[in-house]
Amino acid sequence: MTGTRHDVRFYVGNEYHTLADIAPTRTLLDWLREDRGLTGTKEGCNEGDCGACTVLVVRLEGDRLVWRAVNACIQFVAMLDGAQVLTIEDMRAPDGSLHPVQQAMVDQHGSQCGFCTPGFVMSMVAGRKADGLAQDEHGIDDMLAGNLCRCTGYAPIVRAMRQAMQAGPDHFDAMAQDMADRLRRLRDGATVDISGPTGRLTIPATADALASTLLASPDARIVAGATDVGLWVTKGLRVLPHIVPIGGIADLHRIERGPDALYIGAAVTWQEARAALTEILPQPDDEVIRRIGSVQVRNAGTVCGNIANGSPIGDGPPVLIAAGARLHLRRGDVRRTIALEDFFIDYGRQDRAPGEFVEGVSIPVPGPQTVIRAWKISKRFDQDISAILGAFSLTITPDGTIENARVAFGGMAATPRRASRTEAALVGRKWDETTLEAARQAIAQDFAPITDMRASDWYRRTVAANLLTRLYADCGPDAARAPISVRTACKAAGEHAHG
Amino acid sequence: MADGNSFVTPVAGDGIVPGGATRSLRHESAAMHVQGSANYIDDLPEPRGTLHLVPGLSTRAHARILSMDLSAVRQAEGVVGVYTAADIPGDNQISPVGKGDEPLLASDLVSFYGQPLFVVAATTRGAARRAARLAQVEYEDLPAILDVAQARAAGSPMVWRPMEMKRGDALAGLAHAPRRLSGRITVGGQEHFYLEGQIALATPGEEGEMTVISSTQHPTETQHMIAHVLDRPANLITTEVRRMGGGFGGKETQANACACLAALVADRTGRAAKMRLDRDDDMTMTGKRHDFVIDYDVGFTDEGRILAVDMLLAARCGWSADLSGPVIDRALFHADNAYFYPDVRLRSEPLRTNTQSNTAYRGFGGPQGVVAAERVIEEVAFATGLDPLEVRLRNVYGTHDRNVTPYNMVVEDSISAELVPELARRCHYAARRAATRAFNAASPYLRRGIALTPVKFGISFTATHYNQAGALVHVYTDGSVQVNHGGTEMGQGLHTKMVQVAMREFGLGTDQVRITATTTGKVPNTSATAASSGADLNGMAVLDAVRRIKRRLVEFAAAHWNVGEDEVRFAPDGVHVGSKVIAFSHLTRQAYFARVSMSANGFYKTPKISWNGDTGQGRPFYYFAYGAACSEVVIDLLTGETRIERVDILHDAGQSLNPALDIGQIEGGFVQGAGWLTCEELVWDRNGRLRTHAPSTYKIPACSDRPRIFNVELLENTPNREHTIFRSKAVGEPPFVHGVSVFMAISDALASLDNYRTCPGLDAPATPEMILRTAERMRHGSVPA
Ligand SMILES: Cc1cc2nc3c(=O)[nH]c(=O)nc-3n(C[C@H](O)[C@H](O)[C@H](O)COP(=O)(O)OP(=O)(O)OC[C@H]3O[C@@H](n4cnc5c(N)ncnc54)[C@H](O)[C@@H]3O)c2cc1C
Ligand code: FES
Ligand code: FES
Repeated sequence: MTGTRHDVRFYVGNEYHTLADIAPTRTLLDWLREDRGLTGTKEGCNEGDCGACTVLVVRLEGDRLVWRAVNACIQFVAMLDGAQVLTIEDMRAPDGSLHPVQQAMVDQHGSQCGFCTPGFVMSMVAGRKADGLAQDEHGIDDMLAGNLCRCTGYAPIVRAMRQAMQAGPDHFDAMAQDMADRLRRLRDGATVDISGPTGRLTIPATADALASTLLASPDARIVAGATDVGLWVTKGLRVLPHIVPIGGIADLHRIERGPDALYIGAAVTWQEARAALTEILPQPDDEVIRRIGSVQVRNAGTVCGNIANGSPIGDGPPVLIAAGARLHLRRGDVRRTIALEDFFIDYGRQDRAPGEFVEGVSIPVPGPQTVIRAWKISKRFDQDISAILGAFSLTITPDGTIENARVAFGGMAATPRRASRTEAALVGRKWDETTLEAARQAIAQDFAPITDMRASDWYRRTVAANLLTRLYADCGPDAARAPISVRTACKAAGEHAHG
Repeated sequence: MADGNSFVTPVAGDGIVPGGATRSLRHESAAMHVQGSANYIDDLPEPRGTLHLVPGLSTRAHARILSMDLSAVRQAEGVVGVYTAADIPGDNQISPVGKGDEPLLASDLVSFYGQPLFVVAATTRGAARRAARLAQVEYEDLPAILDVAQARAAGSPMVWRPMEMKRGDALAGLAHAPRRLSGRITVGGQEHFYLEGQIALATPGEEGEMTVISSTQHPTETQHMIAHVLDRPANLITTEVRRMGGGFGGKETQANACACLAALVADRTGRAAKMRLDRDDDMTMTGKRHDFVIDYDVGFTDEGRILAVDMLLAARCGWSADLSGPVIDRALFHADNAYFYPDVRLRSEPLRTNTQSNTAYRGFGGPQGVVAAERVIEEVAFATGLDPLEVRLRNVYGTHDRNVTPYNMVVEDSISAELVPELARRCHYAARRAATRAFNAASPYLRRGIALTPVKFGISFTATHYNQAGALVHVYTDGSVQVNHGGTEMGQGLHTKMVQVAMREFGLGTDQVRITATTTGKVPNTSATAASSGADLNGMAVLDAVRRIKRRLVEFAAAHWNVGEDEVRFAPDGVHVGSKVIAFSHLTRQAYFARVSMSANGFYKTPKISWNGDTGQGRPFYYFAYGAACSEVVIDLLTGETRIERVDILHDAGQSLNPALDIGQIEGGFVQGAGWLTCEELVWDRNGRLRTHAPSTYKIPACSDRPRIFNVELLENTPNREHTIFRSKAVGEPPFVHGVSVFMAISDALASLDNYRTCPGLDAPATPEMILRTAERMRHGSVPA
């Protein structure tokens, strides 16, 4: 069936729900706890940062079941149309025995106050199922970065995860076929439209439908992953009269790797884009994309949402600007493509007309002589917002001359911006210490950053220049073999001491 | 080394039931935790018609309230009532120390940004939250004093009497010392960030009765505060708590506001009322760990022996006294850490500021004192060119001499002189220290540092009367046992340990002993679960109750089965009566028919202690807990980023009541302590508004911040020399102090910048920016603003 329906449909555990009167911005967490009485899922922050509210969202993509941990506190119920939500209450096997993850947490003393525990269990169950999460120490840090525990110091939880990784399949594996069949039956290609006293919800089925919805209602608010919009509601208490979730639109879900460029559609999440992006933006020692939020945030948040929100401290834009990305905008049937840096006009202002939306972004595949590096600097390594993010793309000829340079920073100005004086100091020069020093001088002219709770302007200026030094140490003519960051240094240390 | 599985010691033939006290046993709620079926207050079914409360907070740090227009709040959808100070039937006052300086709701004067002015009650929490933002408040600003420097400049009053502790003549000692230096260190505060925020649910009963389920570490005080605010006798008020989602001191007094406001609204409306703070409101309203500015002056010899110490410890206390007095006192009590100061003077300045009222936080000022002591050690080490570990060892307390603290208590149990070298040996400190030096010499941007620091932590409440506890144990006729005591469970495993005491004494398994919620209705007049004292005090009270019941059962069994009393014994396989073994349930049934009481109160008060704060004399602590930690870090001189590479801890838990849980306290305490001194930074703006009021801006350690290699061991064969519960030692707070080793290791890494010639003078927290600033100052002699 296509056409329009006036309810959202999904499963919670094995219970099927059709909701015709759901408030468009009702959060999944409030709905689970207050309406469904499912109180195993906890609220620790109501803003996506602590993971106490982690639930699993299972979707059918093509013919594959995909399991994702997300923060229920900043997901709107409406975004779950067509999905199955699993909560901590669903983790025990039908025979009443504990899930291997739960058992491991008990065995390893992984809970103290226990308030964070359901969220950890959900992330760990998801971590066992997820693609692309390495099942090693580094992978464990990654899968748990979005869950805060104040009691245990994480050590016993990590031991539990190691134990759980050794355990065999869980009861969900046996149910996979049934789950897939059920979700398949929910696929009807319909547009959802619900209007109620608390506002309107439109879930377009296609990009064309989205384009016409926005033309007709230019004030409608696109919701992609809601990792920004969710906070406007939970913390800002903002009323959004008309929301348009786009996460389920199949033709915005494309990740296409052409010979010259990688295309990422508007509904593609960071987690989905991660592998393809990492392939063309290699980071030998550090992973900027992995450090965007946490698994939960990357499972919901989109690359294009990170651009569209216009934030001066988003991590995606400086990296993509340095890589030479181009942004595809669409209004009705009119499409245009601009250089990504031109999208950001000023603080809170972007080059986007009413009714226009971001359809996708494309990133050129760098040539063999181009090196790309990006470093995120934050108070805490994982799951923090950047104080500064520096991204660099240098094309260096075999004789050591910098033929082309793109340098972009986040956190240094009211928008993500290129460092044009720094680029000028680099281009056409030999990549040597004199050039480095000139670039360090130039960058002081490029930016006048502010002081806030993340860092002072002094720190931002100093580190911006120092990241050029790090770049030189990492891919200058006498690049050392030695590690260039505390993380890589540490990995080496760990191996020694264990041996 | 540390491996979660290996702690489960199988029961040997020593008669202790598996899981009984001194054996590892999993947390009593572990299976519920992992299934999400452990109920926290917000998970409980709400009584019919429950109202939801949200506070309206001030948006000024210091101001007179000219007018408060709450009409829009009242008219908002779903609002049932709005309550201000004028609606309080009793005393608008919740100072936990009787200072009368802490109104529950501000009426004319606002003393910090985030102070509750009114409370909205609505049918849903969402409606209450939206309504609370509609208040129109007119203020007349007054000068706001935000930190120690401003408080000193303005001559701000103290919230508590300053303390002076001294022994000998510090000033003369300094004057005569062959070497002398002075300095200053700033130590930041810390947000508790308990995962479960503040919450209370009040249900009105008959004739003024009120039952309040509160996430409180101190149910008795919460009960008293409510009684006071409602102008009722305490016998009408019951407070209860089954478990908290973390406390760390942040719910010792800070739970009272929510509980009192919930009770107030329940009283006014006759409906149940629940107040659960949003995380941002919680962080904005509630007190935190005190930050300090500490000035020190130390005299010493070329051999690194400390001769005299003079210290002034100034703290930002916030707008009211709260527990600042005893917290700052405890900073002084620990400003010696494990070291003997021959001549010493320690003084405190508990300064009033227009910020959140700082409060108890794991360690209760002690860790700040320890940081100062370790800075002094560092200074002496860099000045003499000695390894800081060597300086530590030359100054640790002795057992027969050099064993008197600045507060004139003789340290009888010091083991630092053996424990510290033992850890150094086990973790290969010397070789690794040499390796960091070699690495640093060849590394332009990355530097390693290593430090091994001891802790000696005084156990007991310094307010002597708090050192008492009660318990109530029931044995039912079927042989099942219910244990209740005055302590609260916040994740530390206290309830588990109390169950273990009863299991061991009765020879019963976990399925036969049940712990119930802590309630003032069962055990009255309790102390806060704080000062690491929970198991020490309540364990002895439970033991007392259990032994009273046992005595009666033994008497009965001896008479009934005609054996000697010494022939009745409770063992894992049953009750031994003469030559036969009977089931415990058989005994209890027979005892019931013989009309034997199987319920008993237990009581305990700590012996030997006394303390007079005015004279600075006495023995404030029953004993000390010891330990040492060695941390190795790597820092990046380009960005100030850090990583903890390896940590080894050797800790003294006496004869541990539960090795697995104690290891958990050490691991968790260490990471929390390391977070305090590294990534956790509280930032207020010029208007006194806390800018780090949510986890998006206030960063506690995440999973990847834990040490890459993390070895934790309990010191073997060291029963407490004092007669504590099964000779164990308190383990809640002392391990927090191990985080100091990380800070000192960062300092060691920075010291490589001038080849270890000067003390880097690092301040805490050592955020990336702080590290980079310190490096900058070391290289160029000045730091930009
Ligand atoms: C806990 C947490 C951690 C985070 N950590 C990071 C981090 O480390 N680095 C970082 O950069 N960000 C971080 N963020 C911010 C956020 O996750 C990202 O910006 C994310 O990429 C936003 O994508 P989204 O799909 O969730 O956007 P949404 O919240 O759905 O939308 C954001 C804005 O963009 C608009 N929008 C979305 N898609 C389109 C479109 N196709 N066309 C036009 N407008 C559109 C929306 O209308 C809205 O105004 C974090 C957020 C949270 C909650
Ligand atoms: S409640 Fe903290 S992430 Fe959702
Ligand atoms: S167990 Fe308490 S927060 Fe994790």
